Amino acid sequence: MSKKSLDTQLVQLGNLSDPITGAVSTPIYLSTAYKHEGLGQSTGYDYTRTKNPTRAILEEGIAKLEGGDAGFACSSGMAAIQLILSLFRTGDEIIAPEDLYGGTYRLFNQYADSYNIRTKYAKFDSVEEVAALITENTKAIFIETPTNPLMQEIDIEKYASLSKEHNLLLIVDNTFLTPYLQRPIELGADIVMHSGTKYIGGHNDVLAGLVVTKGETLSAQLLINHNAAGAVLSPFDSWLLIRGLKTLHLRMKQHDANAKEIAKFLENESAVKDVLYPGKGGMLSFRLQKSEWVGPFLQNLNLIIFAESLGGVESFITYPATQTHAEIPEAERSARGVDNSLLRFSVGVEEAEDLIEDLKQVFESLKNEENGQ
Amino acid sequence: MSFPNERLETSLILASTRGDYEQKTGAVNVPIYLSSTFHQESFDSFGPYDYSRSGNPTRDALEKTIAELEGGTRGFAFATGIASITSAFMLLSAGDHIVITEDVYGGTFRFVTEILPRFAIEHTFVDLSNLEEVKNAIKPNTKLIYIETPSNPRLGITDIASIVEIAKTNDCLTFLDNTFMTPLHQRPLELGVDMVLHSATKFLSGHSDIVAGLAVTKDEELGKRLGFIQNSFGAVLGAQDSYTLIQNIKTMGIRFEKSTEAAQKIVDYLVEHPLVEEVFYPGLPTHPGHEIHAKQSTSAGAVLSFRLPNRATTKAFVESMKIPVFAVSLGGVESILSYPTTMSHGSMPKEEREKRGITDGLLRFSVGLEHVDDLLADFEQALKIAQEV
Repeated sequence: MSKKSLDTQLVQLGNLSDPITGAVSTPIYLSTAYKHEGLGQSTGYDYTRTKNPTRAILEEGIAKLEGGDAGFACSSGMAAIQLILSLFRTGDEIIAPEDLYGGTYRLFNQYADSYNIRTKYAKFDSVEEVAALITENTKAIFIETPTNPLMQEIDIEKYASLSKEHNLLLIVDNTFLTPYLQRPIELGADIVMHSGTKYIGGHNDVLAGLVVTKGETLSAQLLINHNAAGAVLSPFDSWLLIRGLKTLHLRMKQHDANAKEIAKFLENESAVKDVLYPGKGGMLSFRLQKSEWVGPFLQNLNLIIFAESLGGVESFITYPATQTHAEIPEAERSARGVDNSLLRFSVGVEEAEDLIEDLKQVFESLKNEENGQ
Repeated sequence: MSFPNERLETSLILASTRGDYEQKTGAVNVPIYLSSTFHQESFDSFGPYDYSRSGNPTRDALEKTIAELEGGTRGFAFATGIASITSAFMLLSAGDHIVITEDVYGGTFRFVTEILPRFAIEHTFVDLSNLEEVKNAIKPNTKLIYIETPSNPRLGITDIASIVEIAKTNDCLTFLDNTFMTPLHQRPLELGVDMVLHSATKFLSGHSDIVAGLAVTKDEELGKRLGFIQNSFGAVLGAQDSYTLIQNIKTMGIRFEKSTEAAQKIVDYLVEHPLVEEVFYPGLPTHPGHEIHAKQSTSAGAVLSFRLPNRATTKAFVESMKIPVFAVSLGGVESILSYPTTMSHGSMPKEEREKRGITDGLLRFSVGLEHVDDLLADFEQALKIAQEV
């Protein structure tokens, strides 16, 4: 058989992992300990933090899907970033885009304060701008693409070359597009991470993080750190992610198709100032003409859920100013473009017409209220 | 392999891990196989598992565990206690007759009186402690004597060996609901009973977090027939609940022992209380069938019932109790106070209920794992309030 397509790999993940029973769906090993047949003998499993049979299926699976060498499943997306940060030491510097998930920004600040591992922020408009920030202490470039929530696309290949040139690690948060739509390691990245809570899990029912590394040294180092720090994903949650991955391709196709339709609709809506959509994936952001409309807009949604998080089958609208990016001081936040009229839309896999109707009725009620005043 | 002369308390811990599913990884706990289907290596000889309803490795570990604990040859796990009972009844055919204890769980009563007659399976309720009555109730088409001992809710005692003898003479099967005693304290198969049934929701699981039923047979032919029913009716226990049950069985011994200790103290207290008219507990020397129970069981159990004068005092008492949950079910870590009239026996008509002594003042108490002194203090204050009604 030829090299399996990504779709097939997704569907088949974990199948027939258990030759003794032939189980099609991989079993959940809650066992914390594994019997040794004798002194110096191991089945490959000793203690569940170090390696767990269910988690291993997920880790090998995501590594393969991302085209990396090793995968690590963590207890949350933030735990995944923390695992990556364990590669650095006092005095090291990281470069990251100004438009960044608030939780990542908070963790970077904490690393600066506590360990003097500092992050320099750039707009990532040009390679030269980023190159100018590189010092002898710089160890990595950490990017999200598209960025959260401004949906700015960063050219992975360009920054991969820059990283190689300066011997830096290129780390890509691939949460928004997933390996289905973007494979950063193939474009030269060294490490890919996910908030698995989002599209990989896909059902808003599991909290998880994933890290994939390319290269033996890096993989070996993270294997040690993953076990040593211990923020590993539980077997049950690992199984839920495996299950989520089996429909990732179907979901991503639908998220992508729905988001395209919603973006088109919003672009023609007079109450909307601008729409930020990179042209692929299920995430988009938009600004209302007036920030005072945000409250009534969110209140009047019938179908779309006003909630934090993204990537689930259900449509969510998030208000970054008070939710995902509340960690960033207002002046700084607004200067970066995350102003008080910005809304982020995680477009679900409902029928797009229904989502558009929900938006239509909200915009109508906004306008009616405005006219009534 | 079991340890030579292994005690049941040890088997509780080890029985689920004797299978071969763990050999690949050495896992000390059985994995949860949610897989609904199983790949077959060979075209014409299938492996032990093909479809999860017919056999699931996690459920299998549980079924082998309960079979081992009850001293049977085959175990079966069902979706609920009543699913195990009704599946067992499905071994009967149209035209058959059942002799069944009148002091029976309300859900079993409902099935026997409302569902089985539709299949032309008839029944006679008898007082199983009256052996003459049992003999007289047997007809040429009687195929089964159904026993609960201690029974629910008045903890009536049936002499298992004597009933088995009557059954064997008349070529009948015997089924016994062993929920109240667990395999640790009453071993019906050793006394000749054909099938043991459990609402595993109760003491076996013990945490009020799953519903499950178990059945165990000794005779291979009977086991084969029940296996056929289990697969064709399909009321099987899911893999996750099977796993929860496997884990919870491991602490059943210590849970049961602790609750029983407390039950004895509560009984001693209630017997002396002026408001309490009657206390039902197999450990009381005055309890009908006390000696028979002591002969066939090694524990008086953790469930007791008692009678207050009337509905008004009962209501005041229940509303004043602070620690136990007021709920159906029993056998949990939390003490459960039940009102059989509207709960376990709510499905029984009023006149049938009263015939069985289930009056408006009857309460059932399943002793949990709270400190017994706290439970006693709770009884004290609630009975005081009830006394003033």
